[in-house]
Parts: sequence; structure tokens; C-alpha cells
Amino acid sequence: MSAVALKEQELKQRLEPILVRHGRAPSGLIPIMQDIQAEFGYLPREAVEEAARWLKIPLSKAYGVITFYAQFHLKPRGKYVLRVCLGTACHVRGGEKVLEAVSQELGIAPGDTTPDLRFTLERVACLGCCGLAPTMMVNDQTFARLNPQKVKEVLAQFAES
Amino acid sequence: MTMNSCQPSLVALTVDGREVSVPAGTTVFEAARAAGIEIPHLCHHPWLKPTGACRLCVVEIKGARGLPTACTTPVAPGMVVQTESERVVEARREILDLILANHAAECLTCEKAGDCRLQDYAYRYGVARTSYHGERRQYPPDESNPFFYRYHDRCIMCGRCIRVCDEVMAVNAIDYAYRGFRTKVATAYEVGLEESPCVFCGNCVAVCPTGALQPKLSVGQGRRWEIHKVRTVCPYCGVGCSLDLEVRDGERPRVVGVSGGDGPTNEGLLCVKGRFGWDFLHSPDRLTRPLIREGDGFREASWDEALDLVARRLGEIREKHGPHSLAGLCSAKCTNEENYLFQKLVRAVWGTNNVDHCARLCHASSVVGLGMAYGSGAMTNSLADLEQATLYFVIGSNTTEGHPVLSLRVKRGLRAGAKLIVADPRRTELAERADIFLQHLPGTDVALLGAMIHVILEEGLENREFVAARTEGIDELRASVAALTPEYAERVTGVPADLIQQAAREYARAERAAILYAMGITQHTTGTDNVLAIAALAAVCGQVGREGTGVNPLRGQNNVQGACDMGGLPNVLPGYQSYRDGGLRRKFEEAWGPPLPTGDGLTVVEMMEAAAQGRIRGMYIMGENPMLSDPDLGHVEEALRSLDFLVVQDIFLTETARLAHVVLPAAAFAEKEGTFTNTERRVQLLRRAVPPPGEALADWEIICRLAERMGYPMSYAGPAEIMDEVTRLVPSYGGMGYAYLGEGGKQWPCPQPGHPGTPILHREKFARGRARLFPLEFRPPAEVPDTEYPLYLTTGRILFHYHTGSMTRRARGLQAIRPDPYVEIHPDTAAGLGITDGQMVEVASRRGSIRLRALVTDRTAPAVVFIPFHYAEAAANVLTNPALDPQARIPELKVCAVRVRPA
Ligand code: SF4
Ligand code: SF4
Ligand code: SF4
Ligand code: FES
Repeated sequence: MSAVALKEQELKQRLEPILVRHGRAPSGLIPIMQDIQAEFGYLPREAVEEAARWLKIPLSKAYGVITFYAQFHLKPRGKYVLRVCLGTACHVRGGEKVLEAVSQELGIAPGDTTPDLRFTLERVACLGCCGLAPTMMVNDQTFARLNPQKVKEVLAQFAES
Repeated sequence: MTMNSCQPSLVALTVDGREVSVPAGTTVFEAARAAGIEIPHLCHHPWLKPTGACRLCVVEIKGARGLPTACTTPVAPGMVVQTESERVVEARREILDLILANHAAECLTCEKAGDCRLQDYAYRYGVARTSYHGERRQYPPDESNPFFYRYHDRCIMCGRCIRVCDEVMAVNAIDYAYRGFRTKVATAYEVGLEESPCVFCGNCVAVCPTGALQPKLSVGQGRRWEIHKVRTVCPYCGVGCSLDLEVRDGERPRVVGVSGGDGPTNEGLLCVKGRFGWDFLHSPDRLTRPLIREGDGFREASWDEALDLVARRLGEIREKHGPHSLAGLCSAKCTNEENYLFQKLVRAVWGTNNVDHCARLCHASSVVGLGMAYGSGAMTNSLADLEQATLYFVIGSNTTEGHPVLSLRVKRGLRAGAKLIVADPRRTELAERADIFLQHLPGTDVALLGAMIHVILEEGLENREFVAARTEGIDELRASVAALTPEYAERVTGVPADLIQQAAREYARAERAAILYAMGITQHTTGTDNVLAIAALAAVCGQVGREGTGVNPLRGQNNVQGACDMGGLPNVLPGYQSYRDGGLRRKFEEAWGPPLPTGDGLTVVEMMEAAAQGRIRGMYIMGENPMLSDPDLGHVEEALRSLDFLVVQDIFLTETARLAHVVLPAAAFAEKEGTFTNTERRVQLLRRAVPPPGEALADWEIICRLAERMGYPMSYAGPAEIMDEVTRLVPSYGGMGYAYLGEGGKQWPCPQPGHPGTPILHREKFARGRARLFPLEFRPPAEVPDTEYPLYLTTGRILFHYHTGSMTRRARGLQAIRPDPYVEIHPDTAAGLGITDGQMVEVASRRGSIRLRALVTDRTAPAVVFIPFHYAEAAANVLTNPALDPQARIPELKVCAVRVRPA
């Protein structure tokens, strides 16, 4: 999947301190998952498996918990997270077109990440700046009154550097 | 103890106007049931802890706010409960309406229609369809595994499947994933069940109240109302689970499904073989007509022709070479009645004691060893009683795979806080759960067990009272184990001395410790010594004769206990009665007529030897497959081929049947009546559900017809009458007449009609009076690794196949999930040999070689490779060593030396 799959060794090294820090109480599952995500940017499957073994929790249960909470990401996330707004205002003013343009430009569907781990594309309900619709956020930066042409320019800014 | 603490106080309440008193702590749901009222429910199930998830069981309780769920509400004194009040009915309608909003009600084509709780309740409360018209949850069905479908769009999220997988199976293959509208039952990462820890017990399918989980084998086989159930016994392992065959009548009645019967052995649970392994019954490979050899092949023949030929040829051989030139193998897969008749034919009609069966290959050492030590060679305790143990010592038994439903008892015990010690050359599933795991080298059991006894005696942990009052020979035992120090054992077994010490202390100090063992103990040239060591360990610690304790050999085949009980052994008459004892022999002679032979008969492996040498000329083999089950197969084939005449009676043309001169088609378990005796000595009734295919006949009928042609009429109206004869001759079966067996069967000894049976042996005194403690001496296996053959080979069973595979390999699901043979190799060993996972390798011993795939896994120790013996195309027994235990004459199937290399 990703070109930079984590090496087993490296994963173990970065994971171990997290596990040791939290101990083996089953109640530690969520805090451990939060720390794993902070460390890796998402929840690598091998890390979840290892943590479940460590806590002696069935993997099916751990999976149930991490899919229950929206805060957990099961796939690696890009350096830049693009959030295209599809709230009512944006929707009316062509949000879908913006989303489509981004999707086409990057070659990924909403929810996915580019293979080079540069961009993750997400759709959100409302970013709360309806006056600027249609909008998109790139990490913490907001871009206003977008159209397919402008999308290209915005993406170009983040393509380099 | 005061009266109060042992008798929970009763609480009186009224349910729908009926007064009922139940123990405090009972739920309203159970109280209603006690009053004869069944409250509608979807998520609750007697196997599971209540969760209150579905809310369908709501009731009205006077003075309570809202409508509480009956399955989670405890009773209180004076409660007034209404289970069908207007408010309750209204609430239930609303709940059903909501459930149906997310349920694809495809009752027209759903297999479950007619036996679906959701359908029942919708009918009962008149909810024709949902009133919600939103989006419905849409997930495609999961069809990936070979056993059952999961239709997500019929799932009502009751959680029963998840909980049975957790609370009963302790497998936890599935759980809820996602949330809200998107919630579904899923494996971790939504892999197919076959890639999850799932063991395909199908107990989740059994508890699903809707059609969300459907066995593949039953699809399209008939509507529920066209199907009736026949209660019988599982044909596979010695646990003897009670099961219901689901039969669809018609011109050719067929079995179309299986569900668990709530017998005392299994309480409704089953394993994958019992639940999904029945379709061999209708395999096109079934034998339907007698076959007579013609050149290299066979031709079909009538029963008259075939039986005349058999009677004539066996008669001629007997005439010419004497009675001892004939030998018979009866069968641990056939009924008690059939085994009884078979040995009667061999003894009374042929006049020889040359009768044996595959018990020789599995538990001969138990029969001999426990007979010597305790006076009875059977499991001392009962399956249900195992749950009482506070410690399990499992040695040489991969219980989870070999005796799956029995292992659930152990898991229940563990859940209740029991400790677990496992000793095995392989890291089995139970070993993963063990508090102490002793990974000893194959064939070093006496050193391990002797060292445990050494520690116990040295530290004074023995049960002095018990030893003094109920055993003999403690001094000889003490002297013999003096040399078996933990340090010595560490060198021999490879297990650290301190682990051995810990295990010894835990076992000795446990309040109730149960030993479970199987073929890892018995299949050795030291098999009898191994059993004697176990018997001594238990006796020294007083861990026998009480609930939750005992020495429990787990018998392999469904009726291996019964085949032994019925005298399918060369050294004893039925009921282990010696023919050397004139009085006992005369009892049988009076009943059977002819004088009985008194010279020792040959055992299985000896018969093969004798056949190769021309001393045995004719053999009759019923339902056994020595061409796969016996050690050193090359030699077995040579032996069978050199016979003047071989008759094989079976349900399939097995590897052995292919060598026969005449093949007789037999009925399978579902096609006949009789009894099986399971591992806990429980005699249970088998019932006929469908007719045999073609002209196949029940084994007992074939034996009767043959005996008659050999000049000894056997006429029985049916198996019940055969059992009546057994009850007159075998004291421990005295009360086993069919009329007295009851639904759950009875455990021997059951000396007279009406006797309740005996769940625990050796309670007040041992069967032989005092337990005899035999001195122990460690002897290494007959063949150990050397430079030429540097690895240990150990063989065994796996969950998905059975014995020589003639049944399971014709069961579609079982064959699909484990189609091919393999050899387990430790990663370090594999790396050293340049072998990678999945690669073809050659495994060779001094006796032969086979080719199969490598499965690289650290379940096995670096010095040991493991091969399941079910596969004819790479038969482990080509490699195994036929060296015998001097007393039990069991071959050393568990250890030999091999070499492995890439093929
Ligand atoms: S078949 Fe058995 S092990 Fe598999 S999911 Fe169902 S309950 Fe669990
Ligand atoms: S699959 Fe069946 S048992 Fe499991 S949650 Fe759904 S309805 Fe309940
Ligand atoms: S545990 Fe044994 S008897 Fe029970 S269902 Fe499985 S194979 Fe049959
Ligand atoms: S049966 Fe009680 S809540 Fe489901």
C-alpha cells in the first residue's frame, strides 16, 4: 500500500515505550491507541495487533473500539490533510465540484491518501465559514471561494516544498 | 456451614397472576419461566450472560418506573409482574418495528423462515412491516468461509454470536465494529473468518435468532417445516456430543443439517466436525453393493454371493491352518453391539482370541497402566465434573483440537479462576493460556513426571493420609524417584528445573486437580510407564476419587471405550473378564455354546507381523483402516497383501479396502441403531435417521449373516436384544438395557436396571482395593535423533480432520479448509535447512519418506517437527516406528527420528 511501509524493527522500537508507559490494564486501550496515533500519525495494524497482545485483549475487540471512535485513523495520513467543505452553503455553491477537482487532481477518493503520503483528502460537513463558500482547509489554512481552476493553484503550492 | 449459606433464601412474587418462589438473585425472566411463562426475547440466551440489548423482553412491574427488561432485572419479594400488558405489547410492537427498519425481511427465500425468532414475534404481535422508511444498512453478505454465510442485512445486532464466541468459546473472532448506523459484526480488519482465530464451531450459527448466519450445507435443502430432528450421537470423537440430525423425508430421506442436542456431555454445543462434518453420509463415494476382487479391480456382487464366498474362504483357511490363522479387527467407530458380536464371532465361531482394534494404537497403555495401578482403565471422572477443578494438568493432549467440546469445560473452569499447567512438545492452544508451560522433548514424560513426584516427596507435599490409607508401594516409588531430580529431568526433557518444581508444588497443593492426558502419553514404547507415572502422581497427592480431580485419559474415537468394554481385545472377554479365569470363561461358554480359546491372541501390530510371516492367513477388518493408521505403512501393506484372504467391511473404499478380496458395504452412524460409550464411560443411544445407501447393511446384521453361514446362527431382532445379552454377561453394563438408558445415557459401572450410573470412580476405594504405586524408571524412546536423522518427528490430529480422514476428507467444508498435508517446522530449524514457509519438503525416516509442504511456526520446538496423520497422500505413518511398548503392545507413534530437506 504505502511506499514507506514501516519496518518491523522500527515499529517495535517506537511502540515499546508507549506500551511500557501504560502498563497492561485493559482500560489502557484507548490511551495507548491515542499515543500510537500521536507517534505514527495513524494506527498501523501491526501496532494495534501488538498492543492487543500486550493487553491480552482480543484483536476483534480492539478493532471494534478503534473503529467506534472517529478520532482514530486506520490508514496512514498525508502530510497535508485537505478538508473540502460540503456544508449547505458550500454545497449550494459548487462544493461537490471542488471535491471532484481535488479528487481528480490527486487521483484519490475522499478518505484516501496519496501513495507518497503527501495528501489526505476528506469531506467535512461544515467548516464554519459559510461566507467564503465553497471552501477547503489544508491543515490549518483556509482557502475561500474555490473553483476547479483555483484548486489546481492551491494544490500546486503544496506540491513542492 | 450454616443453613443460610448453603440454601439461598427464596423470593416470592407473582407473574401474570401466578405465584412463584425462586432463589434470590434470579432474574424476572427466569422466574417467569419457572412459572411456565416464556417472555419474548432476542438477545438473551441460556448459554450467555444477559446484556439487555434488544429490549424485547420488557415487562411491567407494579410500582416500577418505565418498562424494565426481564432478562436483566433481579426479582424482589412481593413483585407483581405483567408480561403481556397493553403497555408491554405496545412497547414490543415499537421495538420490532425498529428492528425491522434495518432488517431485510426476505422470509420468502430465507432458510430460517419457520424457525426464526424475529418472524415468530412479528407474527405474534402483528407487525407486518416496518413503519420507518429511511435508509437501510447495506453490507454485502460474507460468503468467504466454507461453512456458513453471514447476511449482514438480516442481522439485528443482538450480539449473541459475539458473546458465544467470547463467553463460551473464548475465541473472540468477532465483535461489533464501527458505530451507529454503520455498526456491523466483524472480525478484526474484516478479514474472512478463515484468517481470523475462528474455529468454525458454528455455535454462533446455532444461537443466532434470525437468518443472519446460515450453514452453507443446508441452503436449498428444504423448508423448516419439512424437516424433523432425530436425536443421536456424534460419530467423531470420544466426547460423544449429543446431536440432532435434521432429516428431510421423501422418496430418499436425507440428512440436511445438524444441531446440537442438549445432552449431558455437550449441553447443546458442538465443534466443527460434529456440526459441519456430516455430509460424507451422502457422498457419491459411499459403498452401496458388496464387491468381489477380479484381477486388479472389483466387480459388484449380491450379498449371498459375497457372504458365501467369505464364509467358504475363511472356513477353508481355518480348516487347513487352524483357528489361529484367522484374525479380526473390530472397530472403535462401530457400536457396542457390533463390537460385541464381532468378538463373539472370532472367539466362539472361529475359536481364536485374535481380535483387536485401533484402541491398541491409542489407549492400550491406559487400559493396561490404569488397570495395573487402579484396577480400571477408564477416565476416572466425568466431563461435567471437570468444571469443578481448581487446577488442570494437561499433558500430551491438544485438547482444543482433539476433544474440542471437552476443552470448553476446561475454559469454563479457567474463567472461574482455575490454574492451568500444560506439558507438551508443541505450544498448543491451551499452552498459550497456561500458567505454567512445560515444553518437554517427545518421549521424556517419565523423567518429567518422576521429577515432579521427586519434588513432592522431598518437600513433603504428598497427601500422607491418602497415601497411608489408600495406596501401596510408596517406599518403592520413593526409592525409584530419588534419582529423578529436577536437574536430571532438565537435562533429559529440556524443561528448566525450577518450572518442574513450580508445577509439582502447584499440582500437589491444589484443592482439586484434574489430570487430562491423551496420546502424547500413551503412544510410546514407554506408554505403560507414562500412565503408571501419572497414576502415581495423582495417588500420591490424593487427587483422585473426588469431584474435579482424577486421572482422565481422553479417548480418541467415538466408541473406543465401548469397543474395549465389549471385549474387542485379544486378552480379555467382554467387560475385561479374563478367559484364564475358569469361572468367568464358563459363564461365557454357557451363554455362547462352544468352548472358548484360552491362548493369548495377537494385537494389531503383531497381527501384521504374523501376516507377513504367513502365520495369519485370513483377516476380517470391520471399519478400520490400518493402511493409514498403523505405524510403518510399507510393512502393513506388505503384510495385508500376503494374506490368502482379506475381507473389509466399511462405508468407503478405504486404502485398506482396496487391498481386500471382498468388500462389504456397511451402514454409517446415522443409518442404524445401537450404543456408543464415550470417554467418560457414558453409554448413549444412537438412532436411525435415514436408510443406508443402496444395499448397505448395518455391521451387526452383516456379522449375523456371516456367522450363520459359518454354522453359528445369530438371530437378534435388533441391537436392543444384543445389548440385553451384554447386560447378562458384563456386570458393569448390567443396567444398560435400552429401556433404562434414558435421554442422557448412563455411565458404567451401572450394575442393574434403575442404577443411576457412576460419574466418579474410586470414590471410597480403588477398583483393585488400594492404588498400587509402581517404581519409575526413565527409558528413552526406541529411536532418538542422530546425525543421519537429526530431528524428532511427532504426529497427531488436527481440529478439522478425523483419524484416517475417510469421513472428514469427504466432508466438503472440512476438506476445503484443510485440504493438504503439511509438516510444522520451527523457524530456526527451517532457516538452518534453507526451507521457507509453504515450500515442498521431503521428510524421511529409516522406514520411508513423504513429500509435503512446510508450515513454518514456533508452535513446535526447534528439535521437533509435527505432521498430522490424516492424509493418505503424505501419510505420516510411512515414517513412524512400529517399536512396541512391552506391556501394552502399543507402537511408538509419537516419536521417531527424521531428516527434512527441500524437495
Ligand atoms: S464459528 Fe465459533 S469460533 Fe467462529 S465466530 Fe462462530 S462462535 Fe466464534
Ligand atoms: S448475526 Fe445473528 S446472533 Fe449475531 S448479532 Fe446478528 S442477529 Fe445476533
Ligand atoms: S467434540 Fe467430538 S463428539 Fe463433540 S461434536 Fe466435536 S467431534 Fe463430535
Ligand atoms: S432479551 Fe432481554 S433485552 Fe434482549
